[in-house]
Amino acid sequence: MPARRDISSICVIGSGPIVIGQACEFDYAGCQALKVLREDGYRTIVVNSNPATIMTDPGFADRTYIEPLDLEGVADVLRRERPDALLPTLGGQTALNLAIELDDAGILEELGVELLGARVDVIRRAEDRLLFRDAVQSCGLIVPESRVVTSLDELDGIDLPVVIRPAFTLGGHGGGFAETDEQLRAQVARGLRESPISQVLVEESVRGWDEFELEVIRDRNDNVVIVCSIENLDPMGIHTGDSVTVAPQMTLPDEAYQELRDAAVAVVRAVGVETGGSNIQFARSRETGEIRVIEMNPRVSRSSALASKATGYPIAKVAAKLAVGYTLDEIPNDLTKTTPASFEPTLDYVVVKFPRFAFEKFPGADTTLGTQMKSVGESMGIGRTFSEAYLKAFGSRELDAGLPTPWPSLYEMPDDVHPWFHGQLADAIVELESGDIWRAKRAGWGDDAIASRLGTTAPELRARRLAEGIRPSYRRVDSCAGEVEAGSNYYYSTWGEADEPLPPATRPRVVIIGSGPNRIGQGIEFDYCCVHAVQTFRRLGYEAIMVNCNPETVSTDYDTSDRLYFEPLSPEEVLAVLDREQPVGVVTQFGGQTPLRLASWIEGAGYKIMGTPHVAIDLAEDRERFGALARELGIRCPPWATVDGIEQARDAAEEIGYPVLVRPSYVLGGRAMRVCYDDDALEEAMAAVSGPVLVDRFIENAIEIDVDALCDGDDVFIGAVMQHVEEAGVHSGDSACVLPAQSLTLANALEVEHVVRRLGPALGVVGLLNIQLAVADSMVYVLEANPRASRTVPFASKATGINLVEAACRLAAGEKLSDLGLEMPRLTEVSVKAAVLPFARFPGSDPVLGPEMRSTGEVMASAADLPTAFAKAERAAGRPLPTSGTVFLSVRDSDKASVAPVAAALAGLGFTLVATVGTARVLRAAGLTVEEVAKVADASDAEQTVVDLVQEGRCDLIVNTPQGSGARADGYRIREAAITARVPCITTIAGAAAAVHAIANARAETALSLQERIGIGA
Amino acid sequence: MTRGYLLLEDGTVFRGMSVAAGGAAFGEAVFTTAMSGYQETVTDPSYEEQLVCFTAPMIGNYGVADSRDESSRPHAKAVLMRRCGGLEWASWLRERGVVALEELDTRSLVLRLRDSGAMRAVVVADETELAVDDALAAVREQPDMAGRDLVGQVSPSEPYVHTEIGDVRVALVDYGTKRSILRRLEAAGAAVTVYPHSVDADELASYDGVLLANGPGDPEPLRDEVEQITKLLGRTQVLGICLGHQLLGLATGHETYKLPFGHRGANHPVLERRTGRVLVTSQNHGFAVKPSENEEVAYVSLYDGTVEGLDFPDLCARSVQFHPEASPGTHDAYPILERWIDDIRAGAA
Repeated sequence: MPARRDISSICVIGSGPIVIGQACEFDYAGCQALKVLREDGYRTIVVNSNPATIMTDPGFADRTYIEPLDLEGVADVLRRERPDALLPTLGGQTALNLAIELDDAGILEELGVELLGARVDVIRRAEDRLLFRDAVQSCGLIVPESRVVTSLDELDGIDLPVVIRPAFTLGGHGGGFAETDEQLRAQVARGLRESPISQVLVEESVRGWDEFELEVIRDRNDNVVIVCSIENLDPMGIHTGDSVTVAPQMTLPDEAYQELRDAAVAVVRAVGVETGGSNIQFARSRETGEIRVIEMNPRVSRSSALASKATGYPIAKVAAKLAVGYTLDEIPNDLTKTTPASFEPTLDYVVVKFPRFAFEKFPGADTTLGTQMKSVGESMGIGRTFSEAYLKAFGSRELDAGLPTPWPSLYEMPDDVHPWFHGQLADAIVELESGDIWRAKRAGWGDDAIASRLGTTAPELRARRLAEGIRPSYRRVDSCAGEVEAGSNYYYSTWGEADEPLPPATRPRVVIIGSGPNRIGQGIEFDYCCVHAVQTFRRLGYEAIMVNCNPETVSTDYDTSDRLYFEPLSPEEVLAVLDREQPVGVVTQFGGQTPLRLASWIEGAGYKIMGTPHVAIDLAEDRERFGALARELGIRCPPWATVDGIEQARDAAEEIGYPVLVRPSYVLGGRAMRVCYDDDALEEAMAAVSGPVLVDRFIENAIEIDVDALCDGDDVFIGAVMQHVEEAGVHSGDSACVLPAQSLTLANALEVEHVVRRLGPALGVVGLLNIQLAVADSMVYVLEANPRASRTVPFASKATGINLVEAACRLAAGEKLSDLGLEMPRLTEVSVKAAVLPFARFPGSDPVLGPEMRSTGEVMASAADLPTAFAKAERAAGRPLPTSGTVFLSVRDSDKASVAPVAAALAGLGFTLVATVGTARVLRAAGLTVEEVAKVADASDAEQTVVDLVQEGRCDLIVNTPQGSGARADGYRIREAAITARVPCITTIAGAAAAVHAIANARAETALSLQERIGIGA
Repeated sequence: MTRGYLLLEDGTVFRGMSVAAGGAAFGEAVFTTAMSGYQETVTDPSYEEQLVCFTAPMIGNYGVADSRDESSRPHAKAVLMRRCGGLEWASWLRERGVVALEELDTRSLVLRLRDSGAMRAVVVADETELAVDDALAAVREQPDMAGRDLVGQVSPSEPYVHTEIGDVRVALVDYGTKRSILRRLEAAGAAVTVYPHSVDADELASYDGVLLANGPGDPEPLRDEVEQITKLLGRTQVLGICLGHQLLGLATGHETYKLPFGHRGANHPVLERRTGRVLVTSQNHGFAVKPSENEEVAYVSLYDGTVEGLDFPDLCARSVQFHPEASPGTHDAYPILERWIDDIRAGAA
């Protein structure tokens, strides 16, 4: 059956901001889908609130809406665009839930929009625990014994231990284990709150069973294929997103694997997914072979992205084609071109995925893994043997030494991992212990491990290895284990085998180094930049070659670049790729900190870094040299000192004057950064860091400005001047950010420009430059200069319509700014970027903004004025501002002076004010009516506290600014209650002021596409 | 462990480490892309006189079990692996005299076989015992797989009753059958008697149905077997599987030929023309029925358009080139065997 011609326009919903459990895999899926739908002649409309996605690039769809992914936002777009169909199966749980909401609200019917990929009844059958259980049982399979619970009164007679799973949440959010009655009640209460339909499943625990996943694709002819089997090394009980996984499965005999395959096919049919990809999870008892069907995602998922990268079978692309009517046998296999997609990939290599955690960002948080996902990213390794793939993925996590993480040791696995995997690692260790470089390499050990075994250094080992001719060879991922000739451009390295030769070079080659696993501080924004770099260099006539190890990304789609090397981003692997490719240049400025760490190796090996040279990075990051440069240029920096140890720190702080900002040098995402107001705080901060530390004067009550600029070595083009909503002191990645800057005076604005224009050429930047500045008392200070792509580049590019990465690449390739003809557009709209924080995932950790970055993602909203844009951004971030109700205020002493105007404005809008003693006194003094509640710590049992108000749903907004460690206990409990009850909680006065301004002045405004906003034709 | 090697008739050498029996094994070098089911593969009689390379890199991970034997002994003469994933598997091979190498560059071998075709070869367990030059001469003296009649080596000498329980009486002509075919017939409710390859058509005609089983080697030299099938056609229901399918093809005027490197694996898409549906099938064959546009071609490979099944309603005969009994592989084609028994049952009623 060919593509359907009764529909001509299709709307694709994205997955919104990056959150734990839903990351850039859905950008990858959305991009693939949009690509094939457009190729087939459909008019495409995309809605996504995340500006750092490739799918929201204006060229990817006919109409691009960066709008909140809520009922109102998507309904607006549908009303305006009137598409024939909606494809919700590529945008994760967010898109699927929206499809159901749109259907419930009657909007799909009203507008005559057909759902593609999965019907509403199918989505319900897969997602509603009870319906799913019935469907599974109807095909003779078993789900764990379970009971659907909608209130705490329904818990009698439940056999423990059990697992609690809330319905309709992503990444198992709100779920957990219970072994005692007390735990059971607490977990169910939490689950009921988290579930949008207040429903949880309490089920038989199969903790400790082996866990397998199958990626299934079905077409409308009822053809079903299994794209990939995935085995979890962590047994049942640990969320698959947090598990180390291997593909294909390693430990099941054929008869057992076929039993799972049959079960997967039966479940897909019983649930009734007509077309597209699904993911089904099974538990299997290692002893008895019993099987339980755990769950199913009737859509493209994180696992399907992994399966696509693991096999070379592009699930999202195929799913999109199936949704518009093709059958599997009509779709060619991308890699072979000569055979159809109606087959099951066979692998002649092994793939291992490691989760990447960020517990160091959430001190106090419970680090035990369970049914609720906590990892923020993942790395994947491909090797010819399990140990090779395992060791690659392990090392690709790019962990800083000593950070708390599951699977910390290279030489040990957790006990409950299947003995076969233990055996493989033990064998590999024998090879390492042999002391023979060749044998160790063959087992998959990196230069670092071998060097430390041999008591030498990695560079020395590398030199010795190369002298002995020990080099890796490269293999293709071809989906068919070599059975069919494939022109695949997707490679991985191994040792001791023949090379699959490169096609002859027809154009000069450029290698772009990716950003590795997502982590807090280095996420999808950098992949966005890398993908644009690849696209630009291809357009400029180069062969663009990508190296990366993150399976979630668009950059690791083999369709993106001329060649993809799925490799760890450590010196040996990257240099080996360069040795093979012999590029004319290497591009390091787009992948965040990861490629920069490789820059000296790359230059040392004789390769040319295109654009900003490594010396510029050093100059910007070496505080002494940068300080000297700033002085020379007459640029003001806050007073600072480099110190080692608490003695020096105390002296420096005295000289500089409190408050001071303490941070280790060379960090991204504000790792271990603290603001200290006194000696005690300084001591505490110094205890948490080691090595050379920077102590800066912390500029209070400053406006923080972020500038993204381009420099060709001589001239500078200012791409965007953005203002942070929160003051300096909140990490720029966590602060809301406004473009254009709203409260700069003309004089300040000119000085900011002037500073940037001087710094760019002085640093020797050729490409992108990001500068952070603070403006206080009409003085402009430079806080930081980063001669590379920044986190704000996608946001700035989308707000201004200027593709900053493309321009930077052209400069790096030798063009001058004058060749580019860039012109700063007159912005008629205000764009706001808001951060999305994962606090709800880390109970135990204080949900407060500070100098250390903790957000996982961001959203963007644009409107004619700031309040409207800000309100929309908050909505998009999942924190819609209330327009009426009760607001609770409790602020630290230093904020007491500025809280009154905020409170007065809220009272004027009809809000009831509630406050704790001290804050209430200030408000009453300002003539406001305020209800007083006891502090949590002081309250007697009978007294109402704000925590009670929050829990009873009688509080709609919280303004709570933290006061050092003293107020921590009280403020912490308030903020935690707010997070749990999903009440917006603002932790800075500046943020509160912006929110109040938005509540008061936001207007209803229709959705506008990016193409209309920035004047780009589709 | 000793160092061994695989030598192809074109002189290419692939080195590896010996993990099982000693000695040298001559045969045809082939590869299978099935990712699980190594024991089923090695004991499948269709691999007689072959040296089988697994494209999956980790083989032997989950040990061995008697229930996975597809016949009474290994038929592959050597096993070639990137890495042997378990000692139990290595011992199993050693005890049964199978030569096996690991640490072999299997992908390069596969690419060579794919581009140049399956080749005569030898696997030598210990390189010090047989020099490559001598081995090459010996390899080139080996008979080619094309033209080889191998069923005599694997077919039973006497008929025997597999099971008497069942309401449909089926005779299975054992050219080298896999036990799974017998199991599937049994599961479908057939009483099964097994006959040697040389069985006379008249003896078979009295059964409700005759299954022409799989087996090794070239179908073309099996003139007597084809003659008996020709005589049998129209007298009872016939189902051919793999070699049995090729023999049915020859008996109905089709020609067979040797594929360059065969189809061996568990992921091969086959189009069922009657329904337009795709089956993901288990395959193991080096020869095929020549492609034709004829109506009786019921199944077609979506990989290379080769004939994957025949249907002669007037002759009450049908056949499939792939393995509906799976083991190893998907169960997509289980219904083909079940449907055949059901159809016989319905016809008899």
